[in-house]
Amino acid sequence: MSSWFEKLLPSRIRTDGKKSKHTVPEGVWSKCPICEAVLYRVELDRNLNVCPKCNHHLRISARQRLNGFLDPDPFQEIGTELLPFDRLKFRDSKKYKDRLLQAQKATGEKDALLVMHGQVLGFPLVVAAFEFEFMGGSMGGVVGERFMRGINVAIEEHIPFVCFSASGGARMQEALFSLMQMAKTSAALNRLTQHGLPFISVLTDPTMGGVSASLAMLGDINIAEPNALIGFAGPRVIEQTVRETLPEGFQRSEFLLKHGVVDLIVDRREMREKIISLLAILTHQPCPTKKAVAATFLIENEVTLAN
Amino acid sequence: MNLNFLEFEQPIAELEAKIDELRYVGNDNDINIGDEIVRLQLKSQELTRSIFSSLTAWQISQLARHPQRPYLLDYIERIFTQFEELHGDRLFGDDPALIGGLARLNGRPVVIIGQQKGRDVKEKLQRNFGMPRPEGYRKALRLMKMAERFKLPLLTFIDTPGAYPGVDAEERGQSEAIARNLYMMISLKTPIICTVIGEGGSGGALAIGLGDKICMLEYSTYSVISPEGCASILWKSADKASEAAEAMNMTSQRLKELELIDTIIPEPLGGAHRDVDAMARNLSSTLEDILNTLDKHSPDELVEKRFQRFMQYGNFTEET
Repeated sequence: MSSWFEKLLPSRIRTDGKKSKHTVPEGVWSKCPICEAVLYRVELDRNLNVCPKCNHHLRISARQRLNGFLDPDPFQEIGTELLPFDRLKFRDSKKYKDRLLQAQKATGEKDALLVMHGQVLGFPLVVAAFEFEFMGGSMGGVVGERFMRGINVAIEEHIPFVCFSASGGARMQEALFSLMQMAKTSAALNRLTQHGLPFISVLTDPTMGGVSASLAMLGDINIAEPNALIGFAGPRVIEQTVRETLPEGFQRSEFLLKHGVVDLIVDRREMREKIISLLAILTHQPCPTKKAVAATFLIENEVTLAN
Repeated sequence: MNLNFLEFEQPIAELEAKIDELRYVGNDNDINIGDEIVRLQLKSQELTRSIFSSLTAWQISQLARHPQRPYLLDYIERIFTQFEELHGDRLFGDDPALIGGLARLNGRPVVIIGQQKGRDVKEKLQRNFGMPRPEGYRKALRLMKMAERFKLPLLTFIDTPGAYPGVDAEERGQSEAIARNLYMMISLKTPIICTVIGEGGSGGALAIGLGDKICMLEYSTYSVISPEGCASILWKSADKASEAAEAMNMTSQRLKELELIDTIIPEPLGGAHRDVDAMARNLSSTLEDILNTLDKHSPDELVEKRFQRFMQYGNFTEET
């Protein structure tokens, strides 16, 4: 029971009621895990989930990524009719079927890969993105089949293929079938190459195991997002094997660049322009970003002149 | 406990010990106990047959990793002639965990590649327990291309817990090395036969595992992760390895039923290590037969069929 005094207090300093604790809806604020800055969710979304304070690239959902990557003109999603199927009736501490339902509910996606046919800066392409929140972005039958169908569309339309990886590796619940997705996706990429079409692989945080050891490393150009964890074996497994602490920055993008595994590291906010300008060179086309680049150049020059 | 026998084989071990004891007594005395020995030997065989007729996936995975299980070099010396081991990836070094070279199978020239485990402690370390580093996979790639260039069939032999999870392996691009092999093998214009002879461990196995025919020795295993690894991730306890082995369908029998492999090569009673010569003969004749059937196809046909095969793998349903 509240007294007359408490009723008089402005609501923001009332501390007893349960309601007041929830006046801020969840998800309005986020905290950057690196610089710990408290960030306004809307602003973070606008910034493609890159921390405006320290430029840390937070994970981003596959759909949000592709919506931000593709031009707003109508694009077509490939392989939406494909649904996972638990042929082995796999059961660990939980049933695979239940894990799937849970992941579908949590992400709103049917499986861990989205594939779209659309345009970026007017440049047509097929683009795929892994949904890490869906069972760790693990690669099972649906992921492999969607990937393959995406490549088939790229071949039919004679356009490039781009893939954003974010995955822990093969999906154990599909046992050897999931291992075979490494073969399947690599085989599909081989076909793409035979048709003379480029593949740009973007490795984002994290890209590990079977996905790293197949499609993700096979780009004509491999791009990494800053500070992404990329590797074959997980750091914990390596630590247990070699029994020593791993060096600072081990298996991070900058480490991979230094060891010659990726071609370049690109900020997420510059990804569209960068990928398109690379693809335009590989496919002998004028640069679609030229106008944009020229405009920036002019502005910069004006600033210089004004100074 | 006899260490040459696995835990589930202990009843056989006891019987064998009794037979040895009788033999020893027999040498000392004039009493003829030959009949008794024969009787016990028959009984031991019967017991082995009965135990081996209903092995669990976990027991088979122990057999696949049996310390006495024949490794690639044991087969090479029995099956092939003129084996010439070739070394190095021409980029960094030579990996003793993955060997390869030129040889002849019943007179026919072939290229061989496969993982090699070590027998004693020193050799185990030298061969890194059959866990290749990137230079191993890149050596394999070089030999694959050599097979294609000189129109030689490629025979691969899989026996690895997995690709090496180490700092140096990561630095030199373990992922890329494996991925590149998958990418190249699918379109390699020469017949390829892959045989799992022991452990088929994950990506490290698949990196030499894309072929026109995939065979497994009866008591070998092939899986996306080791049973222990799977148990510790999904059950959060490595003690559940036997459940994990069962759930992953990693035995030759199950994988044949699932149409992921083509041929099971039968092992001698009690496993390959009980009679290596007999095992080598089975393996040799299977390889010979398959090569003869692959001869009927042009390299282009083989590549197309191989491509179609790997493209059809995967379980999913389609909404209508």
